[in-house]
Amino acid sequence: MANAPAASYKGILEEAGNQVLFMFRFFRNIFRFDFEWEEFIRQCYMIGYKSFPLVGITGFIIGFVITLQSEPTMKAFGAESFIPKMVAISLIREICPVVIALICAGKISSGIGAELGSMQVSEQIDAMEVSGANPVQYLVVTRILACIIMIPLLTLMADALGFAGSYLGVNLSNHVSPQLFFSKAFSSVEFGDLLPAFFKTIFFGFAIGFIGCYKGYNSNRGTESVGIAANSAVVNASLWIIVIDGIAVQLTNALGY
Amino acid sequence: MDEPIQNKKVDTPQDNSDVITMRHIAKSFGDNAILKDINMDLHKGENLVILGKSGTGKSVTIKLIVNLLEYDKGELKVFGDEVKDLSEQELKKLRTRVGFLFQSAALYDSMTVRENLEFPLKRILKIKDEKELEDRIKEVLDSVGLPDAIDKMPSELSGGMRKRIGLARTIILKPEIMLYDEPTTGLDPITSKEISELIMSMQEKFKISSIIITHDIACAKITANRMMVMDKGEFVAEGTFEELENSSDDFIKSFFKL
Repeated sequence: MANAPAASYKGILEEAGNQVLFMFRFFRNIFRFDFEWEEFIRQCYMIGYKSFPLVGITGFIIGFVITLQSEPTMKAFGAESFIPKMVAISLIREICPVVIALICAGKISSGIGAELGSMQVSEQIDAMEVSGANPVQYLVVTRILACIIMIPLLTLMADALGFAGSYLGVNLSNHVSPQLFFSKAFSSVEFGDLLPAFFKTIFFGFAIGFIGCYKGYNSNRGTESVGIAANSAVVNASLWIIVIDGIAVQLTNALGY
Repeated sequence: MDEPIQNKKVDTPQDNSDVITMRHIAKSFGDNAILKDINMDLHKGENLVILGKSGTGKSVTIKLIVNLLEYDKGELKVFGDEVKDLSEQELKKLRTRVGFLFQSAALYDSMTVRENLEFPLKRILKIKDEKELEDRIKEVLDSVGLPDAIDKMPSELSGGMRKRIGLARTIILKPEIMLYDEPTTGLDPITSKEISELIMSMQEKFKISSIIITHDIACAKITANRMMVMDKGEFVAEGTFEELENSSDDFIKSFFKL
């Protein structure tokens, strides 16, 4: 019984060590010749384009709901005109990056975990390896880089549709012209709001791709392990996103953004 | 250019025609000793069948040869080079000379048959010319008797067809050694016989040396030049099919009972 905590710590340290080694393999393979452009573009399509509907609807509804929820309170303070500003700042700086990243952790990270996990179970990764090809370069590098590029773009799209949702929310009870709404929204937004959020989503993208690939690539041989890989990919990627967000907020505050 | 074969010291005299030699190989997973003391040679051009019950370490043995798993102790030489001592590039080169047919065929299920066959050609042989790719794919599909499967997805293929395409994907690199992991498991007797005959035709056509892991006696009878029987992580018998079939040992005899 006394050894149980020690074994648990050992397991955590082993897992951390394996993740560092896997990260090292990823970085080592980025800069090799014969980059898999075709597979990279296919992954950008699968990860980015195929997530447009989910991310778009989510962004639109977030903007719409925030507007409706905040409207009574703002009205009570006579500050209705501040709704576009408030929505713009909150969507761009925090809500869209984190919510979209969490949604993508559920959709993309679990998808990658399940796909690579089933490839591991059916010995497809071994087959790649014994044929002399490089499965890390083909499967891992392409997916992680696609996530790094597509998650920030999806977040920007969610920001834009969030504005549209907010505009609709405002117009349910008032009539506000698009020019007035968007000029008020954008007048409060600076590059200092957009850039830290954009950089944050690059790290979110890395976390989503990396955890999905790590869990899938290192899953065990049984069919049960595919489900475990997908599940733990979502849980771990979500945890990483929250931790990265916490660190990013501290950094942006310290840097005065 | 191929590396010259180096004859480093081993316990027993090594024949220059041996393409694989294993001496005192041991492999454990945690406390579970899978292989205890494996000694084996694969002669050039022969079909060696390894017979044994499930879980005795047959698949582990051939996975050590291509370094999919690392052995704990002993010496394992392929084309005269110790597998453990190979650099990443040398290992990659070795793997192009040793083909591996997995039990499940391991076709890439997101790719068509054509893309499965192109995969090693583009990445290992760096063939970019479309006509050359097409010619080589057609040649190898003809060899396995499935020229019409070229644009099918793996999910549209039967078990026997998947094995044939898996074999095609492996021989497309023209390996000198083939490792077959239970090539007839899960197939009906007629398809099993066809696969066994295909293994023989590969040996004749491409002069391939093969290790065939199986517990299918019909497959062993067709393909084996020599057989070794494995039990509990060790080889317990060796001989031709006829010699083992007539063995007086109860354990060996149990494989040949219908």
